[in-house]
Amino acid sequence: MSEPAFKPHDIGGLPAGDIVTDEKDHALWEKRVDAIVMLLQKPERKLLRVDELRRSIESLGPKAYRDLGYYERWIFAVANVLLERGVITSEELGQGIADVMKRGEVLP
Amino acid sequence: MTANSPRDRFTTGDKVCVLTMNPPGHIRTPRYIMGLAGEIVHDLGEFPNPEELAYGRSGIPKKRLYRARFRQKDIWPGYAGAAEDTLEIELYEHWLTSAADPAASL
Repeated sequence: MSEPAFKPHDIGGLPAGDIVTDEKDHALWEKRVDAIVMLLQKPERKLLRVDELRRSIESLGPKAYRDLGYYERWIFAVANVLLERGVITSEELGQGIADVMKRGEVLP
Repeated sequence: MTANSPRDRFTTGDKVCVLTMNPPGHIRTPRYIMGLAGEIVHDLGEFPNPEELAYGRSGIPKKRLYRARFRQKDIWPGYAGAAEDTLEIELYEHWLTSAADPAASL
């Protein structure tokens, strides 16, 4: 058995090109994702720990990790943790996504 | 040393080596520091194990966290800075072995 590859986030010391220093305004959906993560972590809920979020993000796989944006990674990872914990069911998540798409709120 | 045996408690100035491991899940040791030898700078106390917290568990037993110092030229191939430049990084106890331990060099 060959040694498993290191995960795609572990890039310390590797060439990464120029650093983009432009100010970036976040889209509304990105702010919502941030809010969801903060609310799930609240001590009175404890539905998500930052360590779980990291594990979930780091387990997305190299292609998804590379192709997804910052908050896209977050929301995929959050959905996975909530499914694992049984906070939501896959049916509820699927129905929720279908409802949003029906309203025309397709993410940019 | 097995996972459950008592570990050496390091103190400032102790020489240590960082283990090379790549378990699934979430780890807080970056690969650039794995396999290198350094020196303990601070004992930062015990914290719930983040590798267990990452699976929604308690993180108990806690793991001791150390700050360790390494030479930059040992980390980066062809490092162009001063020979005495160092990097300090925080590492949990189960990632460290005593550099005095012959098993550490295997």
